[in-house]
Amino acid sequence: VTTAALERAYRDERALVLSTITRRLGGDIALAEDVVQDAFVAAAVEWDRRGVPDRPGAWLTTTAWRKALDRIRRDRVAAAHAPDLVQDVSYDLEDDFERSSVEDDQLRMQFMCCHPALPAEARMALTLRSVAGLTVPEIARAFLASERAMEQRLVRARRKITGAAIPFRVPPDELLTERLGGVLRVVYLAYTEGHVATRGEQPVRGDLCDEAIRLARLLARLMPDEAETLGLLALLLLTDARRAARLRPDGSFVGLDEQDRTLWDAARIAEGTRVLERAFALRRPGPYVIQAAIAALHAQAPAWEATDWPQIAALYAELERHDPSPVVTINRAVAVGFADGADAGLAILDALESDARLDRYQPLHAARAELRRRAGDEPGAEAAYAEALALTSNPAERAALERRRRG
Amino acid sequence: MQYLIMLHFPPGKGPQEGTPEYDAEMERWGRLNDEMRKAGVMVAASGLDPDAVTTVRNHAGEVAVTDGPYAETKEILFSFYVIDVPDLDAAIEWAAKMPSAEYGSNEVRPTVGYEQA
Repeated sequence: VTTAALERAYRDERALVLSTITRRLGGDIALAEDVVQDAFVAAAVEWDRRGVPDRPGAWLTTTAWRKALDRIRRDRVAAAHAPDLVQDVSYDLEDDFERSSVEDDQLRMQFMCCHPALPAEARMALTLRSVAGLTVPEIARAFLASERAMEQRLVRARRKITGAAIPFRVPPDELLTERLGGVLRVVYLAYTEGHVATRGEQPVRGDLCDEAIRLARLLARLMPDEAETLGLLALLLLTDARRAARLRPDGSFVGLDEQDRTLWDAARIAEGTRVLERAFALRRPGPYVIQAAIAALHAQAPAWEATDWPQIAALYAELERHDPSPVVTINRAVAVGFADGADAGLAILDALESDARLDRYQPLHAARAELRRRAGDEPGAEAAYAEALALTSNPAERAALERRRRG
Repeated sequence: MQYLIMLHFPPGKGPQEGTPEYDAEMERWGRLNDEMRKAGVMVAASGLDPDAVTTVRNHAGEVAVTDGPYAETKEILFSFYVIDVPDLDAAIEWAAKMPSAEYGSNEVRPTVGYEQA
C-alpha cells in the first residue's frame, strides 16, 4: 500500500510540492529539490509506520519545509542570507497547499525554468522535471542522454538559477510577452521533439507529446487571456489529432495528403477547434494562433483535394509577416502550388535560392521535387528528390521520401 | 543580491572619441549613473584603462608579473559596475540600459558574497 501511495505521490504531487517549497525558499530551487527528495525518503519510512496521510501532498510539503529549515539553520552562510526564513518556523504550510495557489506556483516555476539566461536544452529538461514531473530517467530517454549526464545538466541549471537569483515569479507586464514566448517555445519544442523525433530510431514519442499537451493545458488554464497560449494548445491538439494516421506499421511517415482521415481523433479536433475560437475572440492572433488556424483548416477538410488552399496560403503569408523563416516560406509555396498552380509555388521557392544556407536544407529540396513533378518537370523532380534524400537521416522520413519519389 | 557587470566592446565599434556621437553617449552614461544612484542600486563603478593592464601570479611562491590581461580576447573590458538589486531580471534591465550594450557585450555575474565589505 505504501509503495503504491509513494509512487502515486511521486508522479502526481512531486512537482507541486517542489513549486510550493521553491516559492517559500524565495526561488532557491537547488535547495528545494534537495529537501523535497529528503521528504520522499522520510515518507518511505513514516508512511510505512503510521499509515499514508490523508493529504500526501500537504504532508510532503510540511516535511520538506521542516527539512529546509533544518538545513538553513545548519548552514550559516545561507542563514546569513535568509534570516527571515529562519524566523518563519511556525508557518503552516498545509494551508498553503491549496490547489489554486499550487497552480500559481507551477506557473511561476514554468517561467523560472524557461528564463533566457538558462541554456536552451536545460530549459526543456527543467520544465519536464520541475513542472511536468517527469523523472530523470524519463527525461534522459527523451533526450537520448545518459541519466548521469541529464542529472548533471539539471543540477548545473538549478545552481545557475539559485546562484544568479533568477526570480520565481510570473514576469511583470513589460517582460511578459517576451518571456511567455520563451515558455511557449519550450512547450512547443517538447511537442515537436516527440512528434518528429530528431534523435534515435523511434520516429514518434507519444509520451513527450502527451506531456507537452498537459503543459499547454496548464498554461491555457492559468493564462486564459493570452491568445498565443490558447493558440499553442489549439495547435498541439489539432496536430496531435492526426497522430494515429501519421505512421505506417513499418514506422514510415504518412504525408497529410495520404492519411486515412477516419483515423483522426475527432474529440481532439473538436476540443482544438473550441480552444482556437476562444483564441480568435481575443483578437491578437500571433504565430501559434495562425498555425492552429492552418491545422484547423486541414482538420476540417474531408479530403486533401478538398482543402481550402487559398485560405491556407493566406494564413502562411500572415505567418511569414509575424515570424519569417524558410520553413514558413516553403509551406506557403506548397499551399500556393495547390491554390494557384505548381509554377506559382515554384516561383516562391526560387526566391529562396539566393540563400546559400538553405543548400543543405532538406525540406526545400523535398518541396521543390513535389512541385516540379506536378509541373510536369520529371528530370528536375528526380534531381531534387535525390538531393532531399541525401540530406535525410531519420529512417522514417527517408522511407516516406522514397515512396514519394516512386510516385 | 550584488552583481558585477563587465562591459566589453570590440575595438572600432561604438562612437569614436571627439565626435558628437561620443559626446551624446557620454551624456547618456551620465544620466544612467544618476538614475542608478537615485534608485539606490549603485555599489561601485568605474572605467578601466585597457592599455595599462598587468597580470600577477603567485604560483608556487614565485610572483610573476606580465603585461596585459590574463586571457587574450579581441573584445576590450573598458568598464565595470557593481550593483545591488533583488534578482537577475533587475540586473538584466540595468545592463540592457547601458549604451555599450548596443554595440558591445555586458557580462552579468552574481557575486557570491562571502566577503562583503
